[in-house]
Amino acid sequence: MPLPFEKSIDELEARIRDMRSFAQEQDVDLSGEISALEQRLVTLTRDTFANLSRWQRVQVARAPGRPTALDYLTRVVDDFTELHGDRTMGDDTALVGGLARLGDTGVVVLAQQKGRDTKENIHRNFGMAHPSGYRKAMRLFDLADKFNLPVVTLIDTPGAYPGIAAEEQGQAWVIAASIQRMSRLRVPAVSVVIGEGGSGGALAIGVANRVFILEHAIYSVISPESCAAIRWRDAAEAPSAAEALKLTAYDLLEQGVVDEVIEEPIGGAHKDPGAAIETVRVTIERAFAELRSRAPDDLIRERRERFRRMGRFLDAA
Amino acid sequence: MALERWFRRKRPTRGDDDASPAGLWLKCSGCHAQIYRKDLAANLYVCPECAHHERMPVDARVEMLADEGSFERWSGAVEPVDALGFVDTEPYRERLTSVQQRSQRPDAIVTGAATLHGIPVTLAVMDFSFLGGSMGSVVGEEIARAAERAADEGRALISVSASGGARMQEGALSLMQMAKTTVALEALSERRLPFVSVLSDPTTGGVTASFATLGDLVVAEPGALICFAGPRVIQQTIKQDLPEGFQRSEFLLRKGMLDDVIPRSELKARIAAFTRLLLAGIGTAGVVPAALPEAASTEPDDVAEEPDEAIGHDEDEEAAVRAPAV
Repeated sequence: MPLPFEKSIDELEARIRDMRSFAQEQDVDLSGEISALEQRLVTLTRDTFANLSRWQRVQVARAPGRPTALDYLTRVVDDFTELHGDRTMGDDTALVGGLARLGDTGVVVLAQQKGRDTKENIHRNFGMAHPSGYRKAMRLFDLADKFNLPVVTLIDTPGAYPGIAAEEQGQAWVIAASIQRMSRLRVPAVSVVIGEGGSGGALAIGVANRVFILEHAIYSVISPESCAAIRWRDAAEAPSAAEALKLTAYDLLEQGVVDEVIEEPIGGAHKDPGAAIETVRVTIERAFAELRSRAPDDLIRERRERFRRMGRFLDAA
Repeated sequence: MALERWFRRKRPTRGDDDASPAGLWLKCSGCHAQIYRKDLAANLYVCPECAHHERMPVDARVEMLADEGSFERWSGAVEPVDALGFVDTEPYRERLTSVQQRSQRPDAIVTGAATLHGIPVTLAVMDFSFLGGSMGSVVGEEIARAAERAADEGRALISVSASGGARMQEGALSLMQMAKTTVALEALSERRLPFVSVLSDPTTGGVTASFATLGDLVVAEPGALICFAGPRVIQQTIKQDLPEGFQRSEFLLRKGMLDDVIPRSELKARIAAFTRLLLAGIGTAGVVPAALPEAASTEPDDVAEEPDEAIGHDEDEEAAVRAPAV
């Protein structure tokens, strides 16, 4: 299903397909016309995606068909092996963790997994972790430190789950603890926001030495819908809220919240998942190449300083 | 996250003295009894009828915790900016200006040095009446600076939270304050200086999910709403009624999330007792702040000066008896 603003792109793609099959069936040479249309398609797609409103970017970030965390994991790292459970009460399916290889080193990976279809979405709780997920993250941070394994986290969640059990089990407590635990990692940590960086539930696994974001991903203190419901008292004002929140990749780069924007294939990661995944792999490898020789104390200090600097204010002193 | 509107609508008469119209009588939001405003203030904003803990103005909170004349304000040097050009039904800049004028403070927090029964501490007290006590860049910065300076000066940190969560008008910059405050606390941890976090009504969202639950001890006032997601958000998500007392202090105590629930009248004495014990480990003499030994000798007098006597009804007298004298 194309997004509303992708409709003309979709139509043009269909025309090119029709023309190809017509040329083949009728055995006529339409290659000139086809290549002209293809050129137009590239221009149209590029222009459309260069001029998306913030609300449209939110829709791209959440688009069905956009590569999910596990799509990245299977190709960004080698030999991914999932490790289950928080050793206390359960195994959260929205926050996946495990071991893998990246180049010549072992790594610990953590990833928020949305479903690729309704069934998987229900299984994954739409990518919204319970406290158990963050407890699993913390025990895997321990493992990473013990065996000197760098940490990769892939962020894609609407937020930590707001439910009765989640509150009873201390959702706020585990998010705070996970932020603290990750900030103390003695190994290099790299985070990539691949889709939706939903508030504290995202930040809980986002306290890395390098934080990257995909071009059409978002990272926000609150969803545009909830922001609209509170600030405008009307959830239909979500597009206005998305504008006001300045939550796109380039907004976040400007705010100093992320270190780098990873460009996506023309038309978004969902148009060419393979290319998007490869770019992410190269970016993560480059980051670890920079970080791998740092001493643990330096990694901790730099990570702390990175987050200590966050914010904008006037200092009278 | 920011639940301020919801709270405002539900509880218009809560004890935030600066904001409510200057009537002489207030209605208790617990038992609906009419209370003379001055009596309520004299009773630490706890209803003399039903012991319901109303929200407390920041200045009264500081006065209640700091030894008389000991408070030295640190906060106020940093001022908020509208980094995103945020406009909803009103520009953020204008909202800030009007609330700053009313409160005479740049943002939703007061920090400073004090002694608490003689113990050198840093107080960080949040102001719910200032944009719902929401945490943006300035609140985060003040907390971070307070923690770092406390560590430098060998003071324990005592925070009193009252917040609707992260300030959404500062977008992801507010979100990052959760990480910023968390990493700033490391300075205290490294010097083994205690951090006692007091959660008051309400403490929600990004404040609960960062520094406020990272205290060495985390305690709450009775009946406080303490949560990650607010009750309305949860109700909308799950479409069921919420359990009785859900997300209130006593509920969370039973769930194992709090060290204790402490009535306001006992708060100062209990924090002092905790802090002394935390600083009294074997071989920790090197890090114990210099003022401590003297404090121990003057303590019985301090306890007698506790505001309990101003309250004068059974429950609170009993509470005074329970207050430990370390």
